[in-house]
Amino acid sequence: MSRYTIGIDLGTTNCALSFYDLSLAEPRHWQESVLPIPQLTAPGAVEERLLLPSFLYLPNAREFPEGGLALPWSKAPALVLGEFARSHGAKVPARLVSSAKSWLSHAGVDRAGALLPWQAPADVQRVSPVEASTRYLEHIAAAWDGKRAHGKSGAADAIAEQEVILTVPASFDAAARDLTLKAASDAGLKNVILLEEPQAALYAWLEVAGESFRAHVESGDVILVVDVGGGTTDLSLIAVTEQAGDLQLTRVAVGDHILLGGDNMDLALAHNLNQELIEAGKKLDSWQFASLTYGCRQAKEHLFAEPKLKKAPISVPSRGAGLVGGSVKTELTREALTRTLTDGFMPEVPVTEMPQTARRTGLAQMALPYAQDPGITRHLAAFLRRQARALEKSHDSPVKVEGTSFVHPTAILFNGGVFKAGVLKERIVQVLNNWLAADGGQPIKELQGADLDLAVARGAAYYGWVRHGHGVRIRGGTARSYYVGVESPAPAVPGFEPPVKALCVAPFGMEEGTQADVPPQEFGLVVAEPTRFRFFASSVRREDKVGDMLEDLHGNTEFEELAPIETTLPGDSREAGKLVPVNLQAAVTEVGTLEVRCLEKGGEGRWKLELNVRMKGDAEPVGER
Amino acid sequence: MAWRLIFSAAFGRQVAAALDAAARQAAAPKALPPERVHASSLVLLNALQREGRLIDFLQQDITRFSDEEVGTAARVVHTGCRKVMQQCFEFAPASPAAEGSSLTVAEGFDAQQIRLTGNVAGQPPFRGTLKHHGWVAKAIRLPELSEAVDARVIAPAEVELP
Repeated sequence: MSRYTIGIDLGTTNCALSFYDLSLAEPRHWQESVLPIPQLTAPGAVEERLLLPSFLYLPNAREFPEGGLALPWSKAPALVLGEFARSHGAKVPARLVSSAKSWLSHAGVDRAGALLPWQAPADVQRVSPVEASTRYLEHIAAAWDGKRAHGKSGAADAIAEQEVILTVPASFDAAARDLTLKAASDAGLKNVILLEEPQAALYAWLEVAGESFRAHVESGDVILVVDVGGGTTDLSLIAVTEQAGDLQLTRVAVGDHILLGGDNMDLALAHNLNQELIEAGKKLDSWQFASLTYGCRQAKEHLFAEPKLKKAPISVPSRGAGLVGGSVKTELTREALTRTLTDGFMPEVPVTEMPQTARRTGLAQMALPYAQDPGITRHLAAFLRRQARALEKSHDSPVKVEGTSFVHPTAILFNGGVFKAGVLKERIVQVLNNWLAADGGQPIKELQGADLDLAVARGAAYYGWVRHGHGVRIRGGTARSYYVGVESPAPAVPGFEPPVKALCVAPFGMEEGTQADVPPQEFGLVVAEPTRFRFFASSVRREDKVGDMLEDLHGNTEFEELAPIETTLPGDSREAGKLVPVNLQAAVTEVGTLEVRCLEKGGEGRWKLELNVRMKGDAEPVGER
Repeated sequence: MAWRLIFSAAFGRQVAAALDAAARQAAAPKALPPERVHASSLVLLNALQREGRLIDFLQQDITRFSDEEVGTAARVVHTGCRKVMQQCFEFAPASPAAEGSSLTVAEGFDAQQIRLTGNVAGQPPFRGTLKHHGWVAKAIRLPELSEAVDARVIAPAEVELP
């Protein structure tokens, strides 16, 4: 058994590690459980930081002095990551990999293909989104082993021997979860469990609240977790119910994957100020623009922290040594801050206002599918309304939605560095309260969070402790139901796609370590030939049962198409071409991933259907240039 | 010892002299180049330049610039150098009293922590006014610099390729 459970937040812009020593009989001191991660801050300089920036720099062979990139565990790493990768990468953007995690969940590209950095010169050995994630995890693992796995118990304390809880956005689909797991396994982590980030944030809150959490929530509460990270916005609803006198927590719904986060906000501020500078005849180069973005973040935090200030100055350093005279002065005014951030990203809108979605072209799918609408409150409105309609149809909904136009949360937990700005929290609370008041609801209460930057890693480690039988566990199972596409036989008509039916293989809310019944439908698999199924998920169809066949999916917004699943039945040449009748079966693994298998009808054979992450649906294989 | 070797007296002296020379050589400190002796100072300068452009600022003749231009640059220096200071040190005042308040300097006071100025005469205890509360580095966390890197290069020349 492992001595520690280790929580790793593999974030879009920062990673962190927290740990829980299971050999101690008592709960840990949560403040002291984050591992400082040694990383390069300049060539030859290794320093420890609590956060490891999720940036990967692919250096030219002659770029740095020999030995200048050495780390305590590696004399000559071929890659740079962390603080120096971020700062130097701002000057050499074409060799910098950033936001690898967002690419991991981008179904429009070959996620296992070496495609990052997106615009790298020819001599750069590109990496896949999976490999970038592997590198971050390897670095974190080496940092752990260097600090914790030495001495007598060394080998036993190595991270490979520990239980690792790796967090993923709740909105990550089955393929993105599989890929995260692959990255972990490539990094040498043997014993990994996935946990949704908003749940991790709630675990962090539960740890800090301790036994007193019962004083803050009661049966009937619906907790909304709003997690705005560097690159993504992740929404979850967790219901509080009571059974035999004990409070139970159930995650009832998660939002869509929204590529919109704190980095977008700083960028928006920087673009506005840059526009003013250009009009004044001052042109910044790309490094200076990165400095301006950094300056905007600091000015933003300063203005939010001191409500009386009208503006905050920003100095953009000169590129050359002539600092005095060459630096550019600008300022962020409160008016611009409010207009761009508070009103731009969190507009006061009625709950009926839906996010704008632009028509997507095939070309637009190549780059990251950033959210078209920056209004987080609109995305929130859409989520709560959509889930109300879904829960209404559910026969055992733990949340009351009768007579309401949207799910009424009663408590809110914020997570993510963005919410260091109290103003942004207040705005969301105010918008929600307006919606609630207009719909006959009660004002929402805020659960005071633990630590906005480190809560996810801490909560993940704490979840490891909870899994060993302490505290309260959040239940929930899968936040989606899953379907395979079955094409109906129809005469081919030019210009019309044949209708696609959906066979439900996994219902909503399937728990880890369980498998679904085998639907009666039978398929024929041809030995030694690849078989592929289109694969769909729905975050709102809570009532579908295994074996339910749904009619035409075209244009049905309740479904989202995922990467297809496929398998090839092995067989010798004698059997090739033989038809094997199979049933499909889905299982949710203990790790937290979904597995779909083919079971031979009346036989012993069983084959796993792999998610094909190289392309989506019947679309052309994209991601190639 | 179960056995011993017997040498001639002359050979014994030769051995002793050779051992002596070896010991002297080992004891003499290997003369390190100045950049290794002062590596930690250079590392700090490196960080102050990298984050706060301190060397750029101090190497510039600022007499011909306006206060506004100096001020703009000073913000860069202040923000960056402050960050480095916070990463490398924890500072605390040497005296907890408020500046301007009067205090008693007791007998046996710590002359490292307290410097007397003005009319210094007689024996403690002294009565005086706190003019400056002083600074003490309570914690020091200077980054290590690898020997592979020439610490004398505070900032390398940057050549941008088109």
